[in-house]
Amino acid sequence: MSTNNVLLTMRDVRIDGYSDDCWHQIIKGVDVTLKRGEILGLIGESGAGKSTLGLAAMGFARPGCKIVGGSIEFDGIDLLKLNHNQLRSLHGSRIAYVAQSAAASFNPAHRLINQTIESTVSHGIADSQTAQQDAIELYRDLQLPDPELIGQRYPHQVSGGQLQRVMTAMAMASRPDLIIFDEPTTALDVTTQVEVLSAMRTIVEKYNTAAIYITHDLAVVAQMADAIKVLRYGETVEDAPTRQMMSNPQQAYTQSLWAVRAIEKLQQPAIDSVLEINQVHASYGKSVKVLEDINIKVPRGQTLAVVGESGSGKSTTARVITGLLPPLEGEIRFNGNILPAALKHRSKRQLQSIQMIYQMADTAMNPRHTVRDIIGRPLNFYLGLTGQEQDQRVMQLLQLIELDESFLNRYPSELSGGQKQRICIARALAAEPELIICDEVTSALDQIVQEGILKLLLRLQKELGITYIFITHDIATVRAIADQVVVMFQGKVVEQGSKEDIFTAPYPEYTELLLSSVPEMDADWLTQLQAQRAAAEI
Amino acid sequence: MNTPTTPNGGYSAAHEVTMVKVRRSFLQNVWRTLKTAPPTAWFGMIVISIYLTVAVFAPWLAPHGQAEVFPMAYAPWSDEFLLGTDALGRDVFSRLIYGARNTIGIAVATTLLAFLIGGSLGLVAAISRNWLDQALSRCVDVLMAIPSLIFALMLLSIFGSSATNLIFIIAVLDATRVFRLTRAVALNVVVMDYVEAAKLRGEGLMWIMRREILPNIMPPLVAEFGLRFCFVFLTIAALSFLGVGIQPPTADWGSMVRENAGLIQFAEYDLTAALTPMIPAAAIALLTVAVNFVVDWFLHQTSGLRDEH
Repeated sequence: MSTNNVLLTMRDVRIDGYSDDCWHQIIKGVDVTLKRGEILGLIGESGAGKSTLGLAAMGFARPGCKIVGGSIEFDGIDLLKLNHNQLRSLHGSRIAYVAQSAAASFNPAHRLINQTIESTVSHGIADSQTAQQDAIELYRDLQLPDPELIGQRYPHQVSGGQLQRVMTAMAMASRPDLIIFDEPTTALDVTTQVEVLSAMRTIVEKYNTAAIYITHDLAVVAQMADAIKVLRYGETVEDAPTRQMMSNPQQAYTQSLWAVRAIEKLQQPAIDSVLEINQVHASYGKSVKVLEDINIKVPRGQTLAVVGESGSGKSTTARVITGLLPPLEGEIRFNGNILPAALKHRSKRQLQSIQMIYQMADTAMNPRHTVRDIIGRPLNFYLGLTGQEQDQRVMQLLQLIELDESFLNRYPSELSGGQKQRICIARALAAEPELIICDEVTSALDQIVQEGILKLLLRLQKELGITYIFITHDIATVRAIADQVVVMFQGKVVEQGSKEDIFTAPYPEYTELLLSSVPEMDADWLTQLQAQRAAAEI
Repeated sequence: MNTPTTPNGGYSAAHEVTMVKVRRSFLQNVWRTLKTAPPTAWFGMIVISIYLTVAVFAPWLAPHGQAEVFPMAYAPWSDEFLLGTDALGRDVFSRLIYGARNTIGIAVATTLLAFLIGGSLGLVAAISRNWLDQALSRCVDVLMAIPSLIFALMLLSIFGSSATNLIFIIAVLDATRVFRLTRAVALNVVVMDYVEAAKLRGEGLMWIMRREILPNIMPPLVAEFGLRFCFVFLTIAALSFLGVGIQPPTADWGSMVRENAGLIQFAEYDLTAALTPMIPAAAIALLTVAVNFVVDWFLHQTSGLRDEH
């Protein structure tokens, strides 16, 4: 052990990446200093260079990337001067890595415990017997159920959250000095995320391990990190201890990252409902029931948010409304008239008045159609516009979504994520619908882009009086745009009411769990929650 | 730097991506791609264009008519009859040129028809995914279970071997392969949200097939078109060689090989005579190789496989 307290020093690191036939700078001179036992949060939108920088801390560059300048010193060793074998002996023993998708990182053919101890044994740190004992100890520290036996299972036999914790155990097995967490909870539900976060934090604190925590979720990083570094376009935007950063962000960009959670919508009283779902049951195939006795009223000109974790039946509800999945029982009334259950029995007018916006804008637009074709088709199909008239309307719609006519001839691949989602919104608007179903439309986007889309949707609602059904698992989004909220759990409606009613106590049990699991922008939130839940158990 | 800000500093969605690739015209794109083509692809393209020129301009290029009979049978190579004459006294060189037109013409027509039938049925099967898909797929399985050359021979002997029958029968038999491929690649596209969006919009089957799915499965289909063309070409040549393909006096390469095959035994007296049946065979081989070179290159281009830098 060196007497120096600093574990990792990265000075003026520059990394180039190869794309479009030339080298681009991905990281443009970033400094990182990490002390023993300290957790550094790296945040930024996608493409900011977070993961590249995280991997560089291991002295590693992805294929297609190369470290071109600067120095990376780990515990007195210059990582850039080591050869391949020397680096390999460090990785997995003194520096470990936890990837975003645990499911993709495990070998499905081996038992969990064998994979957990693999690196420890192969590095010769411990023999297989002691390593297994130690792994069980780690499983217990990580609050995995049944720590003695869970290691005997295969990766597909445990849940996503458990797998992510086993992966953390794998990284901790050699008691490394440094762990890189690369978006470890992004793929998890909020309720699972909390468990994983608290397990990770406990174990990292227990063994005084330093960590770099990469994420795009501010509230998550606030719980985990001692200090936060905000990255953008491969450069440091701001760098400060967590509390200071949360309470007093200096840069305009950092402030804008905070802003998305500040959108508030004034609630209006519901007048009448545009859509009513009465006693709907639905299933895929014949056996599994996915929706049970669903009753929902959608208020006209307002936003109904449907909340729940994955598998709760949110998207299935949308499929029933659109007619893609005819329900087994029950009826759907639109403006008081019964909608035919199946898509092919609905009239053009009925199809036109309900439009849908998808989660993944990438797959929702045909990659071989230009923006003009994509927005123009519903105009032609429903309204019979052609030629000059159609082009003019497309142009108006582009202005409505804050884009200009230079986008007319672009293909989807030439747009950013936020722009793609805007084009999808324009396509839905082109049909002049009364109701738009938004299925997780912002969950694949960065905070700042999310804010833009949400503001746009709110403005369109105000100007055009459209009704939204907004499916999401993100409570912050619900707070921002909903009037009415429906909470779903395992194919049933747990609670329905106005936003204020839902978000004020008393809650049904599941709503309580869901709401309390959403990370808040407060560095003490997780600590308090842990204490609360521990107290409740006793 | 590509900051999504307007000149006056505010955030703007329109400026989020400022680094859009330079838009090139279609011709520029074609030229750019051609410049990077490997020598084999160039060789293939040159050979194919020569064949096509010959096929199109056959009546002007050929010194004699394809059915014109001269008094001298089995004439040796000379200035008047470049490659000699056959058993009936027809000019072999002229028949070779006309043969390009007949054989390639029928092969192209057959392949197009095979793609029309197999492609559209494959798309319908992939979109519907119900009993229709099952029925079509099982019919195709049955057709594929019978060796196609024997099946073709049987059908030709039932219906008689006219050019139309030939095209139709080979097209139907080859359509089974096209059906399989189209259905398989279309299944990957059918599950995309944009196809669902089109269904929700109320679009008809034709629109979904033609505008939503077809453009996205073109690359594998075009590559298959090249390969299928080679197979059809060989099948026609084989059938002609067996005597049930293209009927005399229409010239085609397969039957030319058969008609002149006997000349090979005179190799020890006159080498050129022995070469006469080999030349149409070589013409078939060269075209097949050339088409395959181009298809290989095209596949590599569209597969997205890039050499690692």
